Amino acid sequence: MAAFLLKRFLHGIIVLWVVATLTFILLRLAPGGPFDRERRLPPEVMANIEAKFHLDESFFQQYLRYVAGMLRGDFGPSYKYLDRGVKEIIADSLPTSAILGGLAMAFALAISLPAGIIAAYYRDTVIDRFCMFFATLGISVPHFIIGALLIWVVALQFGWLQAGRWDQWSSAVLPTITLGAAPAAYLAALLRSTLIETLGEDFIRTARAKGVAERAVLLKHALRHSLIPLLTVIGPLTAALLTGSFVVEYVFAIPGMGRFFITAVTDRDYPLIMGVTLVYTVILVCANLLVDLLYGCVDPRIRTE
Amino acid sequence: MAVLILASEPSDNIGMIGSMPGTSRTFREPTALLSLGFVLVVCASALLVPWLSPYMAGGLEEKRILEAPSWLHWMGTDGLGRDLLTRVCYGARVSMTVGLGTAIIALIIGTTYGLISGFKGGNLDNLMMRIVDIFYGLPDMLIFILLSLLLGRNIFGLLLALGLVSWVRFARIARGQVLQAKEFLFVEGARAMGASRRRIIWRHILPNILGPILVTLTFSIPSAILAESTLSFIGLGINDPYSTWGTSWGTLAQDGWRAMRTYPHVIFFPAGAIFLTILSFNTLGNALRDLLDVKGR
Repeated sequence: MAAFLLKRFLHGIIVLWVVATLTFILLRLAPGGPFDRERRLPPEVMANIEAKFHLDESFFQQYLRYVAGMLRGDFGPSYKYLDRGVKEIIADSLPTSAILGGLAMAFALAISLPAGIIAAYYRDTVIDRFCMFFATLGISVPHFIIGALLIWVVALQFGWLQAGRWDQWSSAVLPTITLGAAPAAYLAALLRSTLIETLGEDFIRTARAKGVAERAVLLKHALRHSLIPLLTVIGPLTAALLTGSFVVEYVFAIPGMGRFFITAVTDRDYPLIMGVTLVYTVILVCANLLVDLLYGCVDPRIRTE
Repeated sequence: MAVLILASEPSDNIGMIGSMPGTSRTFREPTALLSLGFVLVVCASALLVPWLSPYMAGGLEEKRILEAPSWLHWMGTDGLGRDLLTRVCYGARVSMTVGLGTAIIALIIGTTYGLISGFKGGNLDNLMMRIVDIFYGLPDMLIFILLSLLLGRNIFGLLLALGLVSWVRFARIARGQVLQAKEFLFVEGARAMGASRRRIIWRHILPNILGPILVTLTFSIPSAILAESTLSFIGLGINDPYSTWGTSWGTLAQDGWRAMRTYPHVIFFPAGAIFLTILSFNTLGNALRDLLDVKGR
């Protein structure tokens, strides 16, 4: 197990390195620079700016400087926000994104667990169809459409909540639903199909033969067994929440990391883009590591492999 | 367990769109047919819009700005007095091209990769799958955005960027299928009879792994459409004012988003088009999976 985890950890490090290098290369190759303006700056000024941000060094020198900075936890200065470093921007915006992501995850679980169980219990009935209809809808609606719809109905038509603010708990309601809808739908459908499959297993038949009530069979015997496959999707789920958070933060004007990433891309703020990309990758790598770890805990067979 | 692996195959990191486990039973033929019909209508309107619509793609009418839907303009008009239905139809060109194009690029790269990896086996297979693992761990939406910066924010740059991000799914599935197909008796028979490697791959293995690949193809179309429209919506998508391809649905929705408070119809129709198209492809994918019995049973 320890060897396995070490291997996964090294794998994570490699992923981080690949992302760091890839981002660096992609950004340096992309046409247009951070200090390109409509009106050309005088060459002396340009030279000064480039010297300040070490853009006059060779490609490789810049790369080494960047990697060395990353290892020290130094993400460099932002080209756009001259009074703040990338580290500070990330430190300010990461908690906001994390809160949003956590709430969305909680929302997704709170909806999908009961929905999946109910759909499996009443499989092939109207109730099941109803749940799965919503699941298909939830998976097919892009974030920005759910967000726009919620804002239009809840905030504009009924005036129940305000959109575009991030200063009280109620302002998190709509973004949470928007971000959590797709994962909720996916998890519900996955749980349902896993449960139904598990119900065909031998140990379920044994339980039924012993006279265990159907409800208990489902909730005690089948559910525990069905939770293992759910663990596998923690990785992709985290990824979905991360990428979804961009759009949700954009739509609801939430000052999170995703929003900074979008403006950074438009501004060609290289250090900020690279910083945010790396933080996202670290989160993703950690989520995948967590899956490996949980797997070992839940399923003893994997531990021995 | 095989069922699970396919069903919970982490669809794609771009949204959670894609093969959804277990919905197939709820959506039998009528919905699949309806979806197919809708997709065909979208394709037809994308192709035929210059002849079907009495309005030009950029035909401005100053006196008819932001009009609500009427008999004259079925979806109303936008902020410059352009017929929205016509614009949505032209937008279908972008979405369909991106969806189909990406899927095909990813199919070609991914399947070739998976075929080689699975067929050769051994150390090469190990190495190639390590690379795929690394790609799987990347935050692909970010890589996609950065790639599209490099390749240009036009439709072909976007296509290529999306294709380069989403081939991994095909590689994994193709490899898994090849590993299974390699063990079939008729492959062994063909080899015993001295068939060349190329013949074995093309005549014996490829036809047998087409099903799962076709299903993956169907599911990667909506995820590409989703990625493109999302990117266009947040203003990082196709930025090509001289394009004759029309304006992406995501950009149209973005236009409507700004005027949503007073003119909700401008966002309603493009958003509806995106949603229904993605829904149709997902439903089709589920139906296809049932039809081809891609369960690994």
